[in-house]
Amino acid sequence: MSIILRNISKTFGDFHALKDINIEFQSGELTALLGPSGSGKTTLLRIVAGLEEADRNVNADILFDNRTVTSSPVNRRQVGFVFQHYALFRHMTVFENIAFGLRVKPRDQRPSKQDIKDKVNELLRLVQMETMAGRYPSQLSGGQRQRIALARALAIEPKVLLLDEPFGALDAQVRAELRRWLRKLHDTLHVTSIFVTHDQEEALEVADRIVVMNRGSIEQIGTPNEVFHRPATEFVMQFLGDVNVFHGRIESDSAIFNETVPLTENRENAARLLVRPHDLTIQSTPGDGPALPAKVYRVLTAGPIVKVELIDRHNRLIQVHLSHDSYNQTMVKLHEEVYLVPRESRVYANNDAWTGAYVI
Amino acid sequence: MFINILKSTDKRPGLNPPLIVNMAITVIALGFLFLFVIMPLIIVLKEAFSAGLSLWWASITEKDALAALRLTLLVAVIAVPVNLVFGLAASWALAKFRFKGKSLIITLIDLPFAVSPVVSGLIYVLLFGLHGWLGPWLAEHDIQIIFAVPGIVLATVFVTFPFVARELIPLMSEQGTDEEQAALSLGASGWQTFRRVTLPNIKWGLMYGIILCNARAMGEFGAVSVVSGHIRGETNTLPLQVEVLYNEYNFVAAFAVASLLAGLALVTLVLKSIVEWKSKHD
Repeated sequence: MSIILRNISKTFGDFHALKDINIEFQSGELTALLGPSGSGKTTLLRIVAGLEEADRNVNADILFDNRTVTSSPVNRRQVGFVFQHYALFRHMTVFENIAFGLRVKPRDQRPSKQDIKDKVNELLRLVQMETMAGRYPSQLSGGQRQRIALARALAIEPKVLLLDEPFGALDAQVRAELRRWLRKLHDTLHVTSIFVTHDQEEALEVADRIVVMNRGSIEQIGTPNEVFHRPATEFVMQFLGDVNVFHGRIESDSAIFNETVPLTENRENAARLLVRPHDLTIQSTPGDGPALPAKVYRVLTAGPIVKVELIDRHNRLIQVHLSHDSYNQTMVKLHEEVYLVPRESRVYANNDAWTGAYVI
Repeated sequence: MFINILKSTDKRPGLNPPLIVNMAITVIALGFLFLFVIMPLIIVLKEAFSAGLSLWWASITEKDALAALRLTLLVAVIAVPVNLVFGLAASWALAKFRFKGKSLIITLIDLPFAVSPVVSGLIYVLLFGLHGWLGPWLAEHDIQIIFAVPGIVLATVFVTFPFVARELIPLMSEQGTDEEQAALSLGASGWQTFRRVTLPNIKWGLMYGIILCNARAMGEFGAVSVVSGHIRGETNTLPLQVEVLYNEYNFVAAFAVASLLAGLALVTLVLKSIVEWKSKHD
């Protein structure tokens, strides 16, 4: 089922949680709403579910398969919602939790006892929890609770699955495993799904499409590849992955970053050069193009990549990520003077991308 | 040795008072309990049975005593359900929704705890009494509230007003609204959500509130005394009956009726312990 949101805003008192959101979720897609806390991503998810109401506005509309659902309450929307802290019914067994959505159906639509039993068992198999039917939520681990919450949401055969920080409360290892499992599950069920996360790695790994949000607005919508390699705004570039930021200014038609005195951020002609740590090459000579002199400060070789920390002439820390192979070729030494050459970089002036020349 | 055991089981740092302090505190607590709770209870029972079992039985089956028992039960049967419904509605609204004036309402619910029961009774006399605000109108329509059963019920409802709500508000606030939201998202109606999710989660707190509310409803003296008028066999509840008998120097009968009240209190305590034990093991 496709979901279309038109002109959705939400204010809590003076706080604008969402500012005129327009977005379309394709049928069968797994979309991540990614952003820092306070960006409005959870509010947006709750508005889609009907747990929260958008500000009243004649143009505001929520469409499920091109039918408006703006005024239907949450219990009529047939959405599967997985809560951040699971919200399992604590006084019911796992079996009863999953059966709940079937048992509360109106009498004429309610499945028979046997059908409910079969359906619950099928879902327990799907989430690999067959042996846990008789347990209570308090007897389960975090990861197990998450799976039961998912099975419970799937029991009503929702047209759309909404997950609020589904892995937020789990430890790193369970998280990675559940992530993969959710992706696999989505590939078998193909139900339109939206999940909220503040973890860029999670979004990049699991989602078909990522909606990057900041301060109640959408910064960029795209595939993981697009948002990572072609960030539309400075915020997206900074939020997705590590980045080195150099401050400079725009002068006539080029961006200058080679000032001897570092510039403060708040200037009208301020410009920022953003380079990802893996997009910097370390050279012993400046070469032809732009190159930044720096001194090697620390080298961390433990791990899959080599992390080199350098200090530039303004005493700022710069990070460079190298593969072990290229590290072995360049052989940087501690306290050595080297030159950093950006293979790929972006310049932003007043939050707009700067496409002109630059000097570092 | 004893100290060692204490130390080894107590893992909280800085909480290992010397043995002498431990013992002193225990003695003080037990002494207090004995002096102010257990001894009065023993005296009530001793006095009640001092003239023999048959006189005790005669005292509690006497016409006016039975009328007082009936009235006490009637008042409890009305007041407890009324406050149950109110308490549930109020705590549901206060714990699950955000709105302006919430803390004012919580303060108002506490009002009956804060004012003296005698004042509560007087409020009703001033409102519904013959010279009260609504008195003339009530007299015109031949409705009697003060010095009659309705007044006693009203005064009891007022005094026992906070028990259920006070018990439920913190419990429901702590549980939050996540489970209710989950139930709604699964298609449950408001009523289904309440009956299948909210109610089972608060059932022991609710029972506890009902028991306390009932105990107070049956034992209330001050407020009821002001509005009752002390008409024997008609508007005397058990506590009032005890007072009347005592003032007539009929000590055996007074203590016999009092032992009935004490018995009701003991039943309440047992029920309360069962509920507490159950809620812990659920």
